[in-house]
Amino acid sequence: MNQPVGAQAEVVLRLRGITKRFGSLTANDAIDLDLHKGEVVALLGENGAGKSTLMSILFGHYVADEGTVEAFGQPLPPGDPAAALARGIGMVHQHFTLADNLTVLDNVMLGTESLWSWRSRRSAGRARLDRLAGAFGLAVRGDARVGDLSVGERQRVEILKALYRDARILILDEPTAVLTPQESASLRATLGRLVAEGLSIIFISHKLDEVLEIGDRVVVLRAGKVAGEVPVADADRPMLAGMMVGRAVEQPQRRQLSPGAVAVGLQGVTVLGEGGRRRLDAVDLDIRAGEIVGLAGVSGNGQSVLSDVLAGLITPDGGHYRLADEDVSRAGTRGLVARGVGRIPEDRQASGVIGDMTIPETLIAEDFRARPFSRFGVIDWRAARDFAARIVSDFDVRTERPDLNARLLSGGNMQKLLLGRALARRPRFVLANQPTRGLDVGAAAYVHQRLLAAREAGAAILLISEDLDEVLRLSDRVAVMFRGRLREADPALGPVTVERLGLMMAGQGFEHAA
Amino acid sequence: MAWLDMLVTASFWVAVLRIGTPLIFGTLGELICERAGVLNLGIEGIMVAGAFSGWLAVYLGAPLGAGILVAMAVGAALGLLHGILTVPLGLSQHVAGIGITLLATSLSYYFYRMVFPTVTEPPRIQPFQPLDLPGLFAQTPMTYLAFLLVALTAYVLYRTPLGLAVRMVGENPAAVEAQGIDVTRLRIGAVMVGSSLMALGGAFLTLSAFNAFYFNMINGRGWICIALVVFASWRPGKALLGAVLFAAFDAFQLRLQQLIGGAVPYQIFLMAPYVLSILALIVMSRRAGVPRALMIPYRKGER
Repeated sequence: MNQPVGAQAEVVLRLRGITKRFGSLTANDAIDLDLHKGEVVALLGENGAGKSTLMSILFGHYVADEGTVEAFGQPLPPGDPAAALARGIGMVHQHFTLADNLTVLDNVMLGTESLWSWRSRRSAGRARLDRLAGAFGLAVRGDARVGDLSVGERQRVEILKALYRDARILILDEPTAVLTPQESASLRATLGRLVAEGLSIIFISHKLDEVLEIGDRVVVLRAGKVAGEVPVADADRPMLAGMMVGRAVEQPQRRQLSPGAVAVGLQGVTVLGEGGRRRLDAVDLDIRAGEIVGLAGVSGNGQSVLSDVLAGLITPDGGHYRLADEDVSRAGTRGLVARGVGRIPEDRQASGVIGDMTIPETLIAEDFRARPFSRFGVIDWRAARDFAARIVSDFDVRTERPDLNARLLSGGNMQKLLLGRALARRPRFVLANQPTRGLDVGAAAYVHQRLLAAREAGAAILLISEDLDEVLRLSDRVAVMFRGRLREADPALGPVTVERLGLMMAGQGFEHAA
Repeated sequence: MAWLDMLVTASFWVAVLRIGTPLIFGTLGELICERAGVLNLGIEGIMVAGAFSGWLAVYLGAPLGAGILVAMAVGAALGLLHGILTVPLGLSQHVAGIGITLLATSLSYYFYRMVFPTVTEPPRIQPFQPLDLPGLFAQTPMTYLAFLLVALTAYVLYRTPLGLAVRMVGENPAAVEAQGIDVTRLRIGAVMVGSSLMALGGAFLTLSAFNAFYFNMINGRGWICIALVVFASWRPGKALLGAVLFAAFDAFQLRLQQLIGGAVPYQIFLMAPYVLSILALIVMSRRAGVPRALMIPYRKGER
């Protein structure tokens, strides 16, 4: 796929001067973009750089304030997804637009027939779906309920939806964010077949490595503008990272340390779900002081449950959770905070900050009942504000005022706030669940640096992440969860690589321990 | 046993179907709204408005069939109002629905007093007469229509592209939008169709079951329909079953009252069908059936 596409290839899509403002924010600023027949353009940018907005305009979810879109030489009417579909533009959304309770065929056929027809030609639809699935290697059963499919299969359904409508241009929005490395490889193979059939593809991503593997040409967006455009053949990682962020980003380095005593110990921790299903199945794990243990896995395999147990939100049905030598399985959240557990929650908006309360209120949420923040049942706001001012300056939280509502902070600053809350008390154990999800490269590097500093200060750290590069870069040891069970990637069996973790995430190495 | 004998008499089942008919209309109407993702608590008031407007049209000289059309048009208009409030404006479906119920009920009573400022006895009309089809219990045409509509609704929902779009918009409106169908128009359309069926349920009472319009004649039937939709797991066939079952409880308690007489306070009997419906709801309803996007307003481009 990496051979350059000559300038002689037909331009199938032409965006000119696309500008879109949301209030005072300019999400897209005079963006020009061309897509040629049979070409894969990777649209690279940080979260919030305007990639998804641009594609939503192209597909008609939004109307641009300025600029024009031409598909196959004809102007595309703005704000009309039906027109985009009719011109052969198909979109695979990052958040799948599928109905879980309906079948694959229902989802694919929706909108392909006149709403006023008195019957649905389902057998013809099924035949067409099977033919397309066969031709492009996208095996999926038409009668399966979408809710029963894996994430990778759902993505195939999304692609089939577009192909069923004869899409000639396919837009994929962060398609690999939810896939295992093997599923990503299979997606790349599919895209290869589509390009061979003459389709043109726009591939949105914020992952540098993947852009270098998939695209013919990379267009980098930064703060709503085109920051640069290069053929993949001429691009490399540092160059793209610099274009994305606008400056060079320094990656923090992990220093060799000899870990101390076991700080956190899990023995046979089991959590039962509905109908006796084991959401956690006899999980054993030791984390030593001064050690980062990385935990990978396809989401939904028990990482969140384990995180809830470690945070004290769930009491395990069996097994022991020890801090040093004390069993804290039933200590609860307050008990754990008091014993020096620092928690960075998976979803910072939902369970981290309290959006409509101020920064000091969010920062003392874990320990406002005790001194120094309250005396005799009255909150000492001066102490709270001083604490907040210290966190804001120590952890480089960018905010107009220190008493702003937490909701108004950007994702990266919100995460720095939570990081500060968790680390300010010099915890013995840091539970970091998806600490850099959705953060830009600069903010992520900062979070990594602070976690490594906590490690050097002697904290035991569990890093739960879907970003395998992050897991491998920061961790002393790596474990994988699959269907509620946990296995460590044994370094004696050779180097721990993304490929090896991918196989484990798909269940390899879990067979014999039912 | 006297009360067992009662269950096998034809007159009992005639009463069951008669009591069940407004519930069938109402439940189908609510089911269509909810399948599209819009809870319609305006049902109680829409049934009142349907009962009143249909009856008034006939009283003023329209044929019975035209009375039905007038009731449906009034229902659709109220559905349009509810749809505009809840779909493009995205207001709370609970609040908008209760507002519609209060508005429609009060307007009906208001116009009744406007047209008949002095009467004490409600004026009467000539209602639909029972049609004695062979092999079926003698019912008025509207009851047959109700059964027909159950089959039609099931067919449209599960066998046509329109029905697929309606079910999909109640599950995931973003999917509908992504396939080039207008979510707002689809949802408002479904609410209008559903509301016209609710009005039909009200009109049945004034044009078929009785021959006049009384205050409080809907008497909570709309709320029962909301419960029946849950009981039915949002499926038309089970909605029919639920409506008939509830009607059977109701007919049964009426006869039991006559049978037992004054020994037990009659309120106990009045209460019985509701208690039994709550029990049936607990046993029968499965949350799995609930449309995923029910009560969630859809805003274009928002995730």
